[in-house]
Amino acid sequence: MSKTLLELKQISKRYDLPSQANVSILEDIHINVKEGELVSILGPSGSGKSTLLRIIAGLVSPSQGSVVYNGKPIVGTNPGVGMVFQSFALFPWLTVLENVKLGLENRPLREEEKLRKALSVIDMIGLDGFEGAYPKELSGGMRQRVGIGRALVMEPDILLMDEPFSALDVLTAENLKRDLLELWTEKKIPTKSIIMVTHSIEEAVYMSDRAIVLSRDPARVISDIAITMPHWRDKQEPQFTALVDRIYSILTKREMKSVDTPGEQKRKIEKIQEVPAGALTGFIELIDDLGQKVDLYKLADQLSLNLEDFLPIVEAAQMLGFAAIHQGDIELTDIGHQFADASVLMRKDIFKAQVLQHVPMMEKIIWILQSKSNNKMEREFFAEIFEKHFGAEEAAHQLDILIDWGRYAELIAYDEKAKVLYLEHEHAAAME
Amino acid sequence: MIVITEGMRNPPCLEKQGVFILPRLGLLTVLRNILNNVNMRNKFGWADVLVICLLLSILYAAAKLGSGMRVPFSPERHPALSLDPIWLPYYAGRSLLRMFIAFAASLLFTFVYGRIAAYNRIAERVMIPAIDILQSVPVLGFLSATVLAFMALFPGSLLGVECASIFAIFTGQVWNMTFSFYHSLATIPRDLNEAAKMNRLGAWHRFSKLEVSYSMIGLVWNSMMSFGGGWFFLAASESISVLNQDIRLPGIGSYMALAADEGNIKAIVYAIATMIVLIVVVDQLFWRPIIAWSQKFKNEQTEAGEAPTSWVFDILKRAQFVRFLNRYFRTLFHDWVLRPFAKGARTAQSQRRSPVRSVAQWAIGLIAAALVLKYVAEGVLEIVKLSWNEIVHVVVLGLLTALRVFVSTILAVIWTLPVGVVIGTNPRLSRIAQPIVQILASFPANMAFPIIAIVYVKLGISLEIGAIPLMMLGTQWYVLFNVIAGAMAIPSDLKEATVILKLTRFQTWTKLILPAVFPFLVTGCITASGGAWNASIVSEIVSWKNNDLRASGLGSFIAQATTNGNWPEIIWGIIVMCLLVVIVNRLIWRRLYALAEKKYHLE
Repeated sequence: MSKTLLELKQISKRYDLPSQANVSILEDIHINVKEGELVSILGPSGSGKSTLLRIIAGLVSPSQGSVVYNGKPIVGTNPGVGMVFQSFALFPWLTVLENVKLGLENRPLREEEKLRKALSVIDMIGLDGFEGAYPKELSGGMRQRVGIGRALVMEPDILLMDEPFSALDVLTAENLKRDLLELWTEKKIPTKSIIMVTHSIEEAVYMSDRAIVLSRDPARVISDIAITMPHWRDKQEPQFTALVDRIYSILTKREMKSVDTPGEQKRKIEKIQEVPAGALTGFIELIDDLGQKVDLYKLADQLSLNLEDFLPIVEAAQMLGFAAIHQGDIELTDIGHQFADASVLMRKDIFKAQVLQHVPMMEKIIWILQSKSNNKMEREFFAEIFEKHFGAEEAAHQLDILIDWGRYAELIAYDEKAKVLYLEHEHAAAME
Repeated sequence: MIVITEGMRNPPCLEKQGVFILPRLGLLTVLRNILNNVNMRNKFGWADVLVICLLLSILYAAAKLGSGMRVPFSPERHPALSLDPIWLPYYAGRSLLRMFIAFAASLLFTFVYGRIAAYNRIAERVMIPAIDILQSVPVLGFLSATVLAFMALFPGSLLGVECASIFAIFTGQVWNMTFSFYHSLATIPRDLNEAAKMNRLGAWHRFSKLEVSYSMIGLVWNSMMSFGGGWFFLAASESISVLNQDIRLPGIGSYMALAADEGNIKAIVYAIATMIVLIVVVDQLFWRPIIAWSQKFKNEQTEAGEAPTSWVFDILKRAQFVRFLNRYFRTLFHDWVLRPFAKGARTAQSQRRSPVRSVAQWAIGLIAAALVLKYVAEGVLEIVKLSWNEIVHVVVLGLLTALRVFVSTILAVIWTLPVGVVIGTNPRLSRIAQPIVQILASFPANMAFPIIAIVYVKLGISLEIGAIPLMMLGTQWYVLFNVIAGAMAIPSDLKEATVILKLTRFQTWTKLILPAVFPFLVTGCITASGGAWNASIVSEIVSWKNNDLRASGLGSFIAQATTNGNWPEIIWGIIVMCLLVVIVNRLIWRRLYALAEKKYHLE
């Protein structure tokens, strides 16, 4: 059995908020990475995958637990890692050569040797001839090659990749994945293991030896799947698609929230997906048009949406009772069908009913507005309430989406300039 | 494309692998290498000859001009100034040297101060409001105090006065630059920061490859503006009267002052011409190349349409010699200075602070606080000597000056708004007008004062009102400059929309042009009113031969107190001026700026 290279021990990350509550991002994450493994970390958007990667890199320190590399817990930046960024993070004022050489700057080498090493890495990643070019002269794929080269030149034991292909177009990404996989499987680089954060299930199944699936709010490891198919893998093969489907259903399975204790009267405030009402209606219409059951994975592919954008819509439709999911397939509920077939005005009524039934936060807003004599309230007031649950930034997002839904359902109205929420009928009265 | 030169493959240093020996390099070795390199590539062209000549002449001129700075000086033995135009190049050179020393000092200060403010939370809370106030405070008010302090520091030498002049220029330009650098540091994108950390960049590489590079565009732009503004302080600080004596440093500013005293109109014209030549030459030989070079630091991932060019920069790029020197010394610097400090990738970088460092920080903070307290106490003791009436009188004078500053800004807006919009909306016109406006903005207005003073004396105009045009002379260009920029930035689709919607001329102005230009106008006004406060010190007292024109105001009050060496009056006058400036900024300009940012910001 190969040696354990990296160990994450009970990692938790919380952000403390000014109010007594705090937001938990990661909870009790325990992962071992062995030599020779290419591990993918998958999870819904906002699940803290990137934060986890930054904790491994030592860029962010965990609230609890430790990262153990080569048997020693790390302090500060992890000495054994190199990192590839989603945004490439190239220095625009440095040439390709200078960018790659950056990975060597703090080594006690002579300038000559650094140049030689950097040039050989540039050769390896297929950028020969572009040494003197600036990043802005390169295409996205070539830029990411520079990013990879800069990480590889340090000859790290572990290569961390934060959604390395998500900013690239499909063909370029495919090409780069193959090249990287070739370097890795044929041991052309001294890297002992690769940890990749991704939101593409297919990418994870195609490339990695293990897929770790995280849940959301807070992120926990919900599944750790070994992928034993030999390289190069065929994406059409039943074994491949079955595995993709399986991970899809793990990801879309809504977590069963623990039932509130009888003594607690309050309904727990649940985060809603940041999906505008317009996008949601469009999605429901589409599923209605497509007929009965639709395979989620194929649907996402058809719409050429990535998981980051796709899953929230699915979850919102599910949460509002418009759709249900069974084993990776999505199906409209009766209400969903009604909604899709209704007229514009009817739709608003159905939407209103569903929102009031399924979104406790909306109920709370309406209740507060109703209890005021002028039926008006500053946005700030609600922002402060939600801040206790989500933190300032998230609370603002949640409030934005609630206002969007509320406006669509004609439940509430909002004055953007004055930043005041008020009840719709109040608005109508004022107009007369 | 990177070409590894012979010089790099076989470094001439005779060192053993891994052992640190100082480079045993004589000048000869370097020269031989240069020649070898150059001969081999056979590209030693006219550009190289030109660059080498230029370098040698700069070195010689700097040495010669610099030696003039240390002449002995005492109240009895003033350095004689001559109005003979043959001396003008020398005087211009001395002035230029002052400007560049001050600029270098500003850069150094900027890097040190900006880094501390950006990386130390506690320091940030004190240091940033401090520069914010300092950049709005009229520097010329302090001139007298600093002259006296520096004279005490270098008794019997002109170096003290020289330093005071340089210090005045420094204080005139540094805050802008520091603020720009700090702001850039604070906005370094997270991914670049993380990339720097992941690549374990040491302090030097982080500074040179990330911090300075990222802030380069803003820094160059602000440096250029500050440098242009610096001429004003140069002209004001070269010739100053303190403690009833006139001190004149050899320089173009004093040449002008002397010409005005003697009523020599010819000499005044010479001085103005020299000044314009100086500004144009510095722009062409120094700023243009730097701007052209700095384009590579633009933090964009796409190629920009039209890049600034510079003929000097093209020559420098052509010269093989420059490229060789650059690479040669960079390699030397890297291998001999940086390499011994490199820690290697395998070592972790601890994020913790050593206790020694935090103790040192606290100690520095305490000492600074103690010094501040001491001076505040001394200042208060001085002010106490003033009578209640005098104290109130100074405030009234301050309000008078404030009124002048306000009127001068309004007048500047009234004429620059239509003119600026016309220039800005006409691309051909703006291409011609912009460099001219830039030169006008750089031209030290106080050098034109004597000419206007002649007109005032002839026509018998009182300086009470006449001071307002004097203030405008220097400051209106900032407003014009900004209005042009604002008008140029109006998106063409909005302009087309106004045509299609058949808006009248009046509607076009109120619905599109004024709102679009507003943020730029506010920025221009803030700069202009700040400049006008500074100008008040020199524009409320103007002399021509033996005619002293004077307006009652805080500016003339401070200037008079300086000449008399009346410390309580100087201190109280400066305090009142600072307070007025800060209050006006907070009450009016800040709010307008916030409004502009919020409501009229065009994406």
